Amino acid sequence: MTSTDQQPFLSVKDLRVHFSTEDGIVKAVDGLSFDLAKGRTLGIVGESGSGKSVTNLTILGLHDRRSTAIEGEIVLDGKDLLTASERELERLRGNKMSMIFQDALASLSPYHTVGRQIGETYRKHTGASKKEARDRAVEMLRRVGIPQPDVRVDDYPHQFSGGMRQRAMIAMALVCDPELLIADEPTTALDVTVQAQIMDLLKDLQQEFGTAIIFITHDLGVIADIADDVLVMYGGRCVERGTKEEVLRDPQHPYTLGLMSSMPSLDGPVDVPLSPIPGSPPSLLNPPSGCRFHPRCAFAEQVPGGRCATERPLLEVVDGRGSACHLTPAQRRELFADYAGTRHN
Amino acid sequence: MSNATPLLDVSGLTKHFPIKGGFPIPRTVGAVRAVDGLDFQVGEGESLGLVGESGCGKSTTGRLITRLLEPTGGKVAYRGQDITHAGRKQLAPIRSEIQMIFQDPYASLNPRQTVGKIISGPMEINGINPAGGREKRVRELLEIVGLNPEHYNRFPHEFSGGQRQRIGVARALSLEPKLIVADEPVSALDVSIQAQVVNLLQKVQQDLGIAFVFIAHDLAVVRHFSQRVAVMYLGKIMEIADRDDLYGNPRHPYTRALLSAVPEATVDDTPRERIRLVGDVPSPINPPSGCRFRTRCWKATEKCATEVPPLVQVEGNRPGHLTACHYPETPETVPGPRLAKNPEAAA
Repeated sequence: MTSTDQQPFLSVKDLRVHFSTEDGIVKAVDGLSFDLAKGRTLGIVGESGSGKSVTNLTILGLHDRRSTAIEGEIVLDGKDLLTASERELERLRGNKMSMIFQDALASLSPYHTVGRQIGETYRKHTGASKKEARDRAVEMLRRVGIPQPDVRVDDYPHQFSGGMRQRAMIAMALVCDPELLIADEPTTALDVTVQAQIMDLLKDLQQEFGTAIIFITHDLGVIADIADDVLVMYGGRCVERGTKEEVLRDPQHPYTLGLMSSMPSLDGPVDVPLSPIPGSPPSLLNPPSGCRFHPRCAFAEQVPGGRCATERPLLEVVDGRGSACHLTPAQRRELFADYAGTRHN
Repeated sequence: MSNATPLLDVSGLTKHFPIKGGFPIPRTVGAVRAVDGLDFQVGEGESLGLVGESGCGKSTTGRLITRLLEPTGGKVAYRGQDITHAGRKQLAPIRSEIQMIFQDPYASLNPRQTVGKIISGPMEINGINPAGGREKRVRELLEIVGLNPEHYNRFPHEFSGGQRQRIGVARALSLEPKLIVADEPVSALDVSIQAQVVNLLQKVQQDLGIAFVFIAHDLAVVRHFSQRVAVMYLGKIMEIADRDDLYGNPRHPYTRALLSAVPEATVDDTPRERIRLVGDVPSPINPPSGCRFRTRCWKATEKCATEVPPLVQVEGNRPGHLTACHYPETPETVPGPRLAKNPEAAA
């Protein structure tokens, strides 16, 4: 994206988000950059505490301003979101950009009907009348595949099943035809058959409206299904990015490789043990020095001079593809081939 | 399985939770049919996987086996002994042989007890004094599950999620059980940690010959861990078979739909079979008549609404592969991209 003169739709540059807590400063996001074009889906993969959710709350301006220090730049369609006032953000949220949360029940108000909650966003941003908002809510419910939308629009969230609530939340997020949709683990709490429905729905809606989607998940399978581009986060940093095909076929970072090999598949060998990543995700209060993955990395010793422990590997991105690792490309080819060989017969 | 008495024999197992309603005197107005007639066996040292979507009754089944819940009907036999309604005294010796591992490693460990106390708890309750003392045994157990025995005096909050789950495993092993019911033991853990715990459980199963009832919603994890797998839907078993048969030759439409909905972390050039079910799982309060899956099934006919399909070996199944469907899928003759691997010849 660097060479093109056209401004990307969403551009995040060297974002740093630090929280001050009682125990010290948590570096939740530590130098993250990415671009997103309209009509594309960026999948962000990472484990708990990798900074994936914080990144997106920051984009929407939903962080606690008192305890959060933010550096860097977030530009949405030419507008810098970090310097925008709360009023400006309010105009954008729910209108130009919106979000789907993981827990649909906790994100819907139990005291208001689903239709009213969907219509509220619409009225706020368009100044529509109650009647118009209700019609719009019915239309949205129909579009996300809720049967009998003209009846269900007057239901309360508790009358909906888990999958329907998630659909209602998607309807709410899409009611103003946002250009950017952030979905934070939207299917994690759902059963696989419903998850498949929701992902199909998001894909359809994206095709229809050309929405840019950021899809946050810990599940590489979901990424393989829905994303165009992938960004792998570890310890608040991006360790690898590229298109879905590039990352999943030919991972270039030991963490990505480790994640892929630790997952059982539906057709892999069953009699060999899985190859887990040893240890556990780092604490962001006191993160490891150098490469944050080095204490768990299988290949850290292959890098001469102990650089993994002392020097932060830089993420060099060429044509949207890159990884942050001290291993040379030749080393990776050799080491990763041996490692992957244990997985696919 | 041999023809000897299986370790665990469950037949017609039923659990209906009453729904109270009415004012001023509440009375039973209905029932949640969480588990509605299950039949399965678990052999010595065998691992049976129970998969299904939320609300299918898999966790309730686990709690019925361990007798944390009182069954409404049916029979649970452990080593041929009927324990369905056994009292406290009668259960005591069996309880030490059937242990449980829970889903949430944060909620299932007492935060005010040290690891040593937590793991030795079951021994204390059962008055077991192993040679060398309880503390020595606890240290052994910590070593088995891959924790540092020096951590004996630490508290649960000092451990990460994966390590806590290891503590839960150590506690379950402390009485040398013959059967462990593991209820979603890895689903609360990070992806990179799940594999660690799955490997640990597998090692424990193989080294110590413990039978497992492994309850999970993740089909890939269940496939990796269990030799036999039962697919549940709304309180009933839809299909039960050896691992290779179930994943390689699913005959129930639901099994097939479930498998096709699992997103896999591969980018295939050949698109997989995709079956998209419509709607959600119906309420277990008022389950559909006949076959419970019929409301979401693309093959359903009049017969499905009136006749409950029995769980039998339908034509084309190998022995031990039971399917509850009037119109089973055709046996896999031309294996699909993922339904291919089934190397063993029919027994």
